Order: sequence, then structure tokens, then C-alpha cells
Amino acid sequence: MSGTYLGMPAFPKAAAVSTRDSRLRANLAHATRTIRDKRARAVAELDDWAQLRAAGAAVKDRTLRHLDHYLEQLEAAVTAAGGHVHWAADAKEANRIVTALVRETGEHEVVKVKSMATQEIGLNEALAEAGIRAYETDLAELIVQLGDDLPSHILVPAIHRNRAEIRDIFRREMGNWGRPAPDDLSDSPAELAEAARRHLREKFLSAKVGISGANFMVAETGTLVVVESEGNGRMCLTLPQTLISVVGIEKVVPTWQDLEIFLQLLPRSSTAERMNPYTSTWTGTTDGDGPESFHLVLLDNGRTDTLADTVGRQALRCIRCSACLNVCPVYERAGGHAYGSPYPGPIGAIITPQLRGVEGTLEASLPYASSLCGACYEVCPVAIDIPEVLVHLRERVVEGGPVTRGGARTVLRPARGHAAERAAMRAAGWVLGHPGVLRAGMRFAARTRKLHPRRLPGPGRAWSDTRDLPAVPAESFRDWWQRTRGTGSVPAKQAGDEK
Amino acid sequence: MSGRDVVLGRVRRALADVPGGEGPGGPPVVRDYRRVHGSRTTAETVDLLAGNLADYRAIVHRSDAEGLPALIGRLLAERGARTVVVPPGLERSWTAAADVRLVEDRASSTPHELDAVDSVVTGCALALAETGTIVLDAGPDQGRRRITLIPDHHLCVVRVPDQVVGSVPEALPRLSPGRPLTWISGPSATSDIELDRVEGVHGPRTLEVILLAGGAGAG
Repeated sequence: MSGTYLGMPAFPKAAAVSTRDSRLRANLAHATRTIRDKRARAVAELDDWAQLRAAGAAVKDRTLRHLDHYLEQLEAAVTAAGGHVHWAADAKEANRIVTALVRETGEHEVVKVKSMATQEIGLNEALAEAGIRAYETDLAELIVQLGDDLPSHILVPAIHRNRAEIRDIFRREMGNWGRPAPDDLSDSPAELAEAARRHLREKFLSAKVGISGANFMVAETGTLVVVESEGNGRMCLTLPQTLISVVGIEKVVPTWQDLEIFLQLLPRSSTAERMNPYTSTWTGTTDGDGPESFHLVLLDNGRTDTLADTVGRQALRCIRCSACLNVCPVYERAGGHAYGSPYPGPIGAIITPQLRGVEGTLEASLPYASSLCGACYEVCPVAIDIPEVLVHLRERVVEGGPVTRGGARTVLRPARGHAAERAAMRAAGWVLGHPGVLRAGMRFAARTRKLHPRRLPGPGRAWSDTRDLPAVPAESFRDWWQRTRGTGSVPAKQAGDEK
Repeated sequence: MSGRDVVLGRVRRALADVPGGEGPGGPPVVRDYRRVHGSRTTAETVDLLAGNLADYRAIVHRSDAEGLPALIGRLLAERGARTVVVPPGLERSWTAAADVRLVEDRASSTPHELDAVDSVVTGCALALAETGTIVLDAGPDQGRRRITLIPDHHLCVVRVPDQVVGSVPEALPRLSPGRPLTWISGPSATSDIELDRVEGVHGPRTLEVILLAGGAGAG
């Protein structure tokens, strides 16, 4: 791993490698099974889960439909509470803003709370170029950073590492970043957590600048919410003098009351807890308590392009719980790195191609990284119909069409490499539009049943490698209906047909 | 053009499909989920709080006003605490029986100074039974956020039943978003190693909650 997502191969290529990694497969199978069962129990405790889920989706949809209104309201409320609001159209702009803010403080080190948005924009790398060292403080992010690795899960970025690997990374790398791990460090999770506590303690206590994301931003009050477990979030949010939060524009919710929905949906869906150990909320700055200066960087970076797609828009409801990863048979086997972005799993397969566009090889492959089984939709606490968006994006890859990129309307050309698919679909469309041709075709297929190969020849071979060709019935429904008018009698010929 | 104009312009163009007459309040959100799950007596709600706190490895004690100073004194002694940070508005009597050096919560204290303190004793803003959560709002008996973060041992007094609510929907209207809030459900923990919960990372590794019966106003 190189610590960057640039130049990642298409999903099938990456998955072909990762699915052969037996240790990775074992680590993922163990972790996802653990959390799946726990989540199901946590959700079953609430008999109004379906209503909460529908309300969560409805609040997010309403917010998205009037996002400009709520963003302006949020900006006014944050500013009134003593915060500063910045707007970043893309990753480069966001990195420029944050780098400038850190430079103003004169500091060369920052402590960071786990944040998907800053992963997405590559903030740590941008800060490093400016001579600023960013310390990740979430345990899993620390494991990833020390191992010069990439996150592979939204909630637990080091899910691909087991305890023995984590111990080895701590022993080898902690000394290069600060306080070394004890020589006799074992692989017990409690000892590993203790080592992380000691390693990061001094950094927290002397940190002058903290960088975070946020789970929610309340428009009416200007309140930001960070949901976490370890207390590293509280450290970064309260001890430094300057706090910079980089947050995607879709994280806004209209009212304080709306949190009653999401603070029930999120913990049970993500860590399968009734409530996560720590939730911090803050509104601007508070005299004598916490940071003296607070900056909110509102990030677009492809979100408005996603918003412009009326089908794909629902992906912006996502509250980053990662329940869809934990139930996905494809994720469990391929692992998070194969998705080539900080957003792996089913949600990544619809977010990444929308944030970045489907023109790239990796992005064009992601809508296909699914069996469309629908488990992700079922567990999604905000009811994102991921299979629907996947199919929608497949169509966009194959057919092209009007899209919004970087805020501008453009027409996408059909992707190369899907010519056979397009030809087949065009032919199918024509046949289905001509009943006579359809009837003749079906009769021909029925009469040649015995000659049908079990596998397709030529380019279709790869497809039938892992699939059975559907068996063609002896008589089509249309013919059967015409002959019997639905009286249900067995066609006279069928009994002898197989002889 | 500023970043703000660019982003807001893009948002507005992206939402061309939304009918002009639809205000920010629409479409309506149906809130037919429960305000609280199940019906309980006040005592049962307090019991649920105690059970859920313990489920996430907080240590729960019960006391009345008379026994509180001795209990706090005993818990701090058992812990071996010599220095204890207290918020300015904490009832003085609560720590009267504790054989410790009290450290005031001051704006001028540095995080390093707080790191040398053994324990912290606070009240709370309220507690949620369904989730086993205590909420601090930096009020006079709770102090700055950092004093309940840096010491390794947090002793929190909840006045029952006055400060106990059933659920998240019941909690939010009683909290002021303008104040910095910290919701605490058990000691700090992580699920980052093989998605299994381990208690004790950066926040206090020991959380003790005292349910104080007959709290202010309850007689």
C-alpha cells in the first residue's frame, strides 16, 4: 500500500488479488460476522425501527431538496455563535483553506479525529506538503497511519488487520512517531488500546490545533455533532486552541429535534450499541471552555453533482454507519481496498462513482461490484435503495447521457468495453417491441432446446463461467395461453417432449 | 466568484426539479416513532438506567443525600485518589468527607496539570434510561469539558428521579444546544480491534455513577 488511492485498479482486478488473501478473508469474515449479529440485536430492541428509518430518510430528503436554504441558515447560526464558515468547491480548495488556517496558528502539528471527509480530500498528504504533520488519533486510523496503509472500512479502517498484525505494527512503528510501544506488548486488545493511550497522550495534552469532521450539523442552531467511542474525539474537540472541522454539505439537518432520530439510528447501526460511549456537540465557541477559534469548512467535492441526479441523490442521505459493508457478501470477500476510495462496500460503490464521475476505469467498475442481493438496502438506517442506484449507474456507464460534473451539465459518452452489452440490449429492446419477432424467437428457442450449450461460446464465456444458463421451457407462456386460454390444462405435447 | 457562491449556485442548479412553490418545510416528515419505548414507573425507569449503565461497564451506586459524602469519600479512598478536580458549583458537602486534595476547575489550568489529577467528581445535566447515558452541559456542577476527560476516574452524581428521562426524544428538549454537551455512555471504549468492544482508551477508564435518591426538588 502506498497511502494514496491514486491509480487504483478496477474493482475486478483488485478483488481478484484480495479474494486470494486468506488472512484478509479470515479477518473480515470474523469481524463482519461479530458485528452483524450484534447489530441485529441492537435494532431488535426498538420496535419502532421502521418508523425511525422512514423518518430519517424523510428528514434527509427534505434537507437535500432545500440544501441551499439549510446551508445558509447553518452558516448564519455558526457565525452568530462565534465560528467562521468557509466554503470549498473541491478537495484542492478545502486543503488550501485548511493549510492556510493551520499556518496562521504558526503550528506544525495537528491532531485529527477520524473523518471521512478529510480522507476523501487527502488532507494529511496536503498538510505534509506544507510541512505540517497530522496525527491520526482514532485507534484504527492510527493503525492505518503507522502501517502506511489505507483504510478499508468506514467505521473500523483497520478491519483488515487482526490483533497480531496490530501488535507488530505498534512495536515496529510507534517509536518513529512518538512514544514507542513497550517491548513486551502482547496482542490482547486491552493492552493494544493501552499502548495507543500512552502513545497519543502527550500529543493530546500539547496539541494546539485539532481537525475533525462531523456526523451532523444542525441548521437552526449551528450545532455540530461528533459521535465516537474512544475519547480521542473529545480530546481533539476540546483541548486545542483552534478547531477546524471539514464537513460535507450533506451532513446538515434542519432542527435540534431531528437529532432524536439520528442519535437512535446511528449507534445501533454502526457499533451495534444503544449509544456510543461519547457524543460531543458544540455551537461556535464557548468562553473559557474548549477552542478559542472554530472554523467550519463546508465541502462540496462532487456532492452537488450527486445532488443533480434525481435517482443517485439518495446516496447523500448516508450517515456513514457502515452497516451495509458488514452485511455485504461482496465486501466480506473482496475487502475494502478493492473499492479504491475511502468509501468501500455497497455505499462506496454508489458514492465514489458519483463524487468522481464514472469516466475512470475504477469508477466505471464499481457499480458492478455487487450481486444486487439487496441486503445493504435492508439494513440501511436511512433507507438508501443502493441496488436501485447501482443499476442506475450501470446504465450511465453503458449508455452515457446527461450528467453534472464540477457543477456543469455535460453529456457523457457511452463507456468503451460495453459494446456487446449495448448491442444485446438494443436487440432485446427491438425484439420486445415487435411481438411477432418475439413469438418466432421464443418458438425457435423452444424447439432447439436440446442443442443449447451449457456455457456460452466466445465473449459470453466469462459470464457463463459462474452462472447456469436459464433452461428454456418447452412452450412459451404466450403460446400456452393462446392454446388453453388459461384453463390450466397440461399441454398435450409436453409429456412426450423430453423423450 | 467566492467558494460560497460557487457551491450555493451548484446546489440551486442541481435542485431544478424541486417545485418552486415547495418551501424548506416540505415535504412533511412523519414522526410516528415512539417518544419512549415501553411504559415504566419512575422507579422502573431509574432501574433501567442503572441496568444499562452497568451493561456498558459503568459502576453504579445508589445513595441518599445523607449517605453521599461518606460514599464519595469511600469510593475515592478505594481508588487511592489523592487529588480530585471539582467544578465550582459542586455541592461542597459532597466532597466534605473525602480525604483528598481538591483542585478547582480553572481556566488557567493546563491539560498537563489536569493529567496529574487522579479523579473528578461532577453532577450532570440529565441521564437517559434507555441508552444508559449521562449528559453533561458544562453547568456549574459539571465544569469545563476537559475536567471530565483527562483524569482517569470520573465520579458522576445523578439526582433521581428528577434528572432521569426515558429516551433520546425526551432528552433533547431538556438540553440547550447553545451549551457544549458531552453524552457519556460507559467508560471510553473502542471496537477497532476485530470489531469487538474493549473498554478504556483515551477518556476516563473508570466511570462511576451515583444515583442520588431524593435529589433537589424531589423531597
